[in-house]
Amino acid sequence: MRFNIFSALLTLLSVSLATPGHSFDIEHQQNFVSRASKPEVLRILSTADIDLFTPMILSFQRQNPEVTVNYDVVSSTELMRALQDEQAPYDIAVSSAMDLQIKLANDGLALAHNSLATALLPDWGKWHDYVFAFTQEPATIVISREAFANFGIPKTRQDLISILRDHPDVFRGRVGTYDLRNSGLGYLFATQDARTSEVFWRLAEVLGNLDVQLYCCSGAMIDDVSRGKIAMAYNVLGSYAMAREDAKDKIQIIAPRDFTTVMMRTALIPTTSQNPKVAAKFVDHLIVSAWSAEETSVAYPFPAINRNPAASDTSLRPIRMGPGLLVYLDGLKKRRFLTEWQNAILQR
Amino acid sequence: MSGFVKSKSSIRRRLTIQLLCGATILTICLVLIVRSFAQQLAEQSQDNILAASLTSILDSASIQEGQIAVDIPYSAFSMLSNLADDRVFYRIDLNDEFLTGYADLPRHSLSANSNEPFFVTGPYRGFDIRSVAATRKLALGEQPIDVLVIIAQSRNGMQETLSEISHKVILFGSGFFVLSAIIALFAAQSTVEPLTRLAASVARRGPQDLRPVIARVPEEMAPLVQSLNQFIERLGTSLKRSEDFITEAAHRVRTPLATVRAQAEITLRRVDKDENRQALREIIRAIDDSSRAARQLLDHAMVTLRTDHLERHQIDLTGLVRESVARVQAVANLKDITVIFENTAPSPIQGDVILIQNAVQNLLDNAIKYSPPDSQVEVQLGRKGPWVILTFQDQGRGLPDSDATLLTERFVRGDNVADTVGSGLGLTIVEEVVRAHGGTLSFENNPDGVGACVSISFLLS
Repeated sequence: MRFNIFSALLTLLSVSLATPGHSFDIEHQQNFVSRASKPEVLRILSTADIDLFTPMILSFQRQNPEVTVNYDVVSSTELMRALQDEQAPYDIAVSSAMDLQIKLANDGLALAHNSLATALLPDWGKWHDYVFAFTQEPATIVISREAFANFGIPKTRQDLISILRDHPDVFRGRVGTYDLRNSGLGYLFATQDARTSEVFWRLAEVLGNLDVQLYCCSGAMIDDVSRGKIAMAYNVLGSYAMAREDAKDKIQIIAPRDFTTVMMRTALIPTTSQNPKVAAKFVDHLIVSAWSAEETSVAYPFPAINRNPAASDTSLRPIRMGPGLLVYLDGLKKRRFLTEWQNAILQR
Repeated sequence: MSGFVKSKSSIRRRLTIQLLCGATILTICLVLIVRSFAQQLAEQSQDNILAASLTSILDSASIQEGQIAVDIPYSAFSMLSNLADDRVFYRIDLNDEFLTGYADLPRHSLSANSNEPFFVTGPYRGFDIRSVAATRKLALGEQPIDVLVIIAQSRNGMQETLSEISHKVILFGSGFFVLSAIIALFAAQSTVEPLTRLAASVARRGPQDLRPVIARVPEEMAPLVQSLNQFIERLGTSLKRSEDFITEAAHRVRTPLATVRAQAEITLRRVDKDENRQALREIIRAIDDSSRAARQLLDHAMVTLRTDHLERHQIDLTGLVRESVARVQAVANLKDITVIFENTAPSPIQGDVILIQNAVQNLLDNAIKYSPPDSQVEVQLGRKGPWVILTFQDQGRGLPDSDATLLTERFVRGDNVADTVGSGLGLTIVEEVVRAHGGTLSFENNPDGVGACVSISFLLS
C-alpha cells in the first residue's frame, strides 16, 4: 500500500474463533493496522463480508491514517448476543438485520450521534440519532440461467410459483432459501414478505413441497446456484449476487415486480464503545460515502443509493425503521411465526 | 418672569411604565398558559396513542388450541413511531406470570378489575417513561385467565416537541411584548399630547394676549382649561381696571393742571421779586413735568388699546415723518436746535397711522429734549432689504452706561437724565408700537462719542 497503513491480513478462516472472554462466535477477523506510532483503535462488529466491506475501511484509513481497524464478522444473531448479553466493547455495530439494530437502539444500547453527515440522511434513512442506514440492498430471486432456459424468466412470485408447481420433477431438491431459524436477515425478509402479501405463504408451501434446501447466508446460496447445485434461491441479497463477477453468466438476478423488499444496512455506536469519537467519524464516513450527492472518490461497494425509491419504482418496499420492527422480535410472536413457517416448509 | 415649577414625576413615564408592566404580566401569563396547554395536549396525545396500542394488543389475545395466544399486531408498535426518539417497551403477563416482552419493566399496582387503561409515569433503564396497563379476562376451560399488557414509551419525543413549542411560544411572547411596548409608548405619547399642545399654545401667546383658550381639549382637561380661562379673564379684568384707573386719573389730573399752569404763568408776569419768580418757574416746571407724564400715560393707554386691535392701513412713512418734523420745528427753534430730515422717496408701510405717529413723535421729542442748545438732530430714512429703517441721531449726552435695554421698561429712565423732565414712558410706547407692527427698535451711542442714535424699522409693503 502506498499509504501509511500497514494492512496486515490476519484473516482467520476458522468458523469459530474461541477467544477467551466472550462466548459469541466470530466467523472472521481482520486487522487493518495503522502505521502511526500511537494508533487509535476502532473495533467493528459486523455482519458484512470482509471482502465486500474492505474498500470502505481502506478509504476511511486514507482520511484517518492514525486509526487501526479491527473488523470482526459475526452473524446478526451473534451480534445481538455480543452487544446485548455480553456488553462486548465494540465501537461500531454494522448489521443487515435492521430489526435487531432497532432493538439495540430502543433498549438504550446505542449512543446518539448527530453531525453534518447525519443531516444528509432522509428521515427514513435513520432512526432518530441512533441507527444510520448506508446501503439499500434488495431481496432478490437468483436463478440459474441454465435451469430456467426452457421456462422463461419469472417476473413475479406468482410466475415463480407457477413454474415451480408445473415442474416439480425438475426443481425437487433444487430450490433454496434462508433458514429462518438461524438467519436474522432471512427472518427479517420473511416477516416483511409475510406482512406485505399472502403470496409469501403460498410460495413457502410450494418450496416445502419441493424439499427446499435451507441456507445460513446469501453467499452460500449464490455459490450453489452458480455451481448448478440448485436452480433457484429465494430472498438472496441482490448486492452480494451483483458483486459476484465470476457467476455473472450463470445466474440471473430478479427483483420481483409484485414487490421487492429493500433492506438497509445500518450502523450504530454501541454504548460500550471505548472510542466514540472515532466511531462517530466512521459512521459519518459510511453515510457520506453512501448518501453524498457529489461523486466521492471513495469506492462504494454497494448498489448506488436511490434517494427516492417509492417514486422510481413502485414495487420497491424499503423496510421502515421504527418500533414496528420490534413486533416480530417478540419471543411469542417469533415462535409462532417460525412454527407456521416450519409447518409450511418442512411439511411434517 | 418664568418661575420655578415644582414637578413630581411624569405622566408619560408613569403611564408607559404601567402599560409595560401590564404587557409583561400579560405576556408571562400567555406564555405559561400556552405552554401548559401544549403540555396537556402533548401528554394527552401520547396517552391516546399508547391506549390505542394497548387495546390492539389486548384484542389480539385469544385462546387457540387450548392455549393462550397473544399475537401482537405490527401496527401496535409502528403506531408509536411517529414521535421523535421514542423507545417502546412492553410486557405481557398471564395470571401475574411473565409471558413475553421486557421482564424487568415495572408492573403497575393495578386494582383487581381494571379494564380501563391505567397510566403511570416513571423511570426505566435511565429513561423517563410513560406506561399504560390494562387487563383482559379470558377463560381457558373452567379456569379464568388474566392477561395483563403494559406498553411504555419514553417521553423524550414529547419533551422535545414541548420544548420546541416553548421556544416558539417564548418567541411569540417576546414579539407580543415588543408590540405592546410600542403601543404603550404611543398611547402614553398621545395621552400627553393635548397637555403638551395646550402648554405650547399658552406659552406661544404674546404678553398682551389675554383671550380665553378656545381650542377643543379632551373632557378630562376641560376643568383645567375652564379654570385657566377664568383666571385669564380675571387677570384681564384686573389689568383693564388698572389701565382705566390710570387713564381716568391722568385725564382728571390734566385739566386742573392746565388751569394751575395758566394761573402760575399769569402770576409770574405779575411778580417782580426774583426769588418769587424763581419759585414760580419751579412750580411751572413741575406742572409741565406732571402734565407731560399724564399725557404719556394717556398715550400709553391709547397705544395699548390700539395695539390690541391693530388696524393696518397703507401709510407713507416719509410723509408722516416730514409732518412730525414740521410739528416739532417750533420747539426745536426755541432751543436753537436744527432738525435735519433727508427728504427721500416714499416708503410705503402697513400700519396704524396714529400709533406710528405717536412713536415718531416720542422719538423726536426725546431727541430734542436731550440735545444741548445750538446742536442738530438728524433724521434719516433708509432701506435695507425688505426693511425701512428710520434713524434719529442727536448730539446730546447719549445713553447711560448701564443696561440700555431697560429703558423700554415702564417708568425706567436713564440714570444720567435726572435734570430733565420725563416720565419714562416714551421708549416703552415706541417699543410697543414697533413690536405690534413686527418691526425692531435699537439704540446705541454714536461711535464718535457724542449723542445717541435710535433706529426703528418696519417692513416695506
